[in-house]
Amino acid sequence: MSETTTVPVTPHGPAHTPAHAKGRHRFYDAIARHRALVTIGFLFVFPWLMPYEALAINILIFGLYALGFNLLFGYTGLLSFGHAAFLGSGAYGAGVAIVSFGVPFLPAILIGVLLATVIAAIMGFLAIRTRGIYFAMVTLALSQCVYYAFYQAVDLTGGENGLRGVNIATLTLFGWELNFLDPMTKYYVIFAFVAVAVWLFSRLLASPFGAALEAIRENENRARACGYDVAATKLAAFVLSGAFCGLAGALRAVHLSIVPIETLHYLTSGQVVMMSLLGGMGTFFGPFVGAAMFLLFEDMLTLLTVHWQLYLGAIFIIFVLFFPRGIWGTLLQWVRRP
Amino acid sequence: MTELILEAEGLTKRFGGFTALKDVSVGFERNCLTAIIGPNGAGKSTFFNVISGAFPPTSGRMRFEGRDITGLKQHEFARMGIAKSFQITNIFPHLSALENVRVAVQAMHSRFDLWRPRENLTGLIDQAHALLALVGLGGHGPRLARDMAHGEQRALEIAMALACEPRLLLLDEPTAGMSPEETKGMMELIQRLAGERTVVLVEHKMKLVMGICQRLIVLHHGELLAQGTPDDIRANDEVRRVYLGQGK
Ligand SMILES: Nc1ncnc2c1ncn2[C@@H]1O[C@H](COP(=O)(O)OP(=O)(O)O)[C@@H](O)[C@H]1O
Ligand SMILES: [Mg+2]
Repeated sequence: MSETTTVPVTPHGPAHTPAHAKGRHRFYDAIARHRALVTIGFLFVFPWLMPYEALAINILIFGLYALGFNLLFGYTGLLSFGHAAFLGSGAYGAGVAIVSFGVPFLPAILIGVLLATVIAAIMGFLAIRTRGIYFAMVTLALSQCVYYAFYQAVDLTGGENGLRGVNIATLTLFGWELNFLDPMTKYYVIFAFVAVAVWLFSRLLASPFGAALEAIRENENRARACGYDVAATKLAAFVLSGAFCGLAGALRAVHLSIVPIETLHYLTSGQVVMMSLLGGMGTFFGPFVGAAMFLLFEDMLTLLTVHWQLYLGAIFIIFVLFFPRGIWGTLLQWVRRP
Repeated sequence: MTELILEAEGLTKRFGGFTALKDVSVGFERNCLTAIIGPNGAGKSTFFNVISGAFPPTSGRMRFEGRDITGLKQHEFARMGIAKSFQITNIFPHLSALENVRVAVQAMHSRFDLWRPRENLTGLIDQAHALLALVGLGGHGPRLARDMAHGEQRALEIAMALACEPRLLLLDEPTAGMSPEETKGMMELIQRLAGERTVVLVEHKMKLVMGICQRLIVLHHGELLAQGTPDDIRANDEVRRVYLGQGK
């Protein structure tokens, strides 16, 4: 069963796999079965592998953003160009709750997620019956509407200046007093949310609903003939995807202590597409790899040149041309070779 | 008179200006093996698509077990008990044979279960194994569907169609592209399946079906040309003219 819950990597039929490869496959199958745990373990030690903690936190948050996006893109086969709307509304939801209403940390995060979920439900309802390039365009157009709505609500959102003052200095979680200004503490607070999200995500993929998404990605027409309400299933995936991205946005607001209006910009929608393709669409760990590569390249290139976007674009194109499965997808294919 | 499981009344399907199905009224008897024959382009697949809900008829009505089903959504047809295998093999190529059938079985039970691991729902897996065995694919579960032989894929698709425990099973040219041995096996399977449910089958090789089916329906240019027992059809002058006359 496990091979069907992961990406369709190379088939490793039992009949023609050499004996020495079998042990190797068993080993990787075992890892694949515990992929949520392995991912969480990796993210736990991750800040020690990074040059500075803020970068680690950024990667963690964008990894979650790409993870949520991947539910739709990699696992359901729908390319949305409007996911900035969920990252942004999650960020503004949490940010405005804290700045304007003095809501405490945990409920504020929850408000961010709920706002993103509601916006995803509305956008999804309007977009889900279109396909392919039309779906991408409709989600893009709707996310632009969300952008302008937040842009216009200057009193709450700060308009083009962004929302400032999302300051969390200390946190009391379950009786613990935590100094949120300490970067390591901040990393592990955000990590706790991401870890729960990763675990929920893996449950979701392994569930019957996850199987229905795979079936729709594989062959929508067949899935419908089997008795799946394809539109409703896609809508559910869209909303769930929006919720994960909204959580990423809410965490980003408290991490940066501001919400730049660019969070809602379509470039932010484009970034998550690039991260997914870099990492490997439809792979569990790929979104984190993609987010890490994207942000690490960006971090290095901005130090070296003002034309960093040009070089980042070139790197992206090289990867997409030569590694169409993305970095993680290519690696998976390699370890699963017969 | 035996009970009709499906009744079509004046079904018409137009694609733009082209009428693929013209005012077809026909009934299917329960637990009877019926074959629909007719030359290529006669509208057989179109008729199947309409009565399996793939697209709505332009006009006309249909009733399944007495209930008006015109205008229902396609996914409701499977849940109601009408399943179809397609003329062009239609499966999930990158999933294992077992998962192909399991996901089809699952569609009847837990579509929006986001929580339980799917391998814990052992009832669905057992059912999928049983269906694979039923169509002669026992033991082939772990193979990727796309790696299977054409005949095996056709059988797999029938197992998927059976997953919804259909009372009406529609098979669109199940032997298309098959070798003679595969065709023989498929015909045996169809007869076995027909023992327990209503089966309607499209086949343009008339000789194949004459021997096994109880009723025949002949479509021509989208119209119902004739219906009856194989003997009636053999004796029908019009059928001979448009169909048999073309050489078998
Ligand atoms: N989706 C469609 N759009 C336009 N024309 C179609 C469509 N499906 C079938 N047709 C036309 O309807 C006619 C009947 O097709 P079909 O039902 O597939 O015939 P058969 O299965 O008897 O060979 C053909 O002329 C075909 O070109
Ligand atoms: Mg046909």
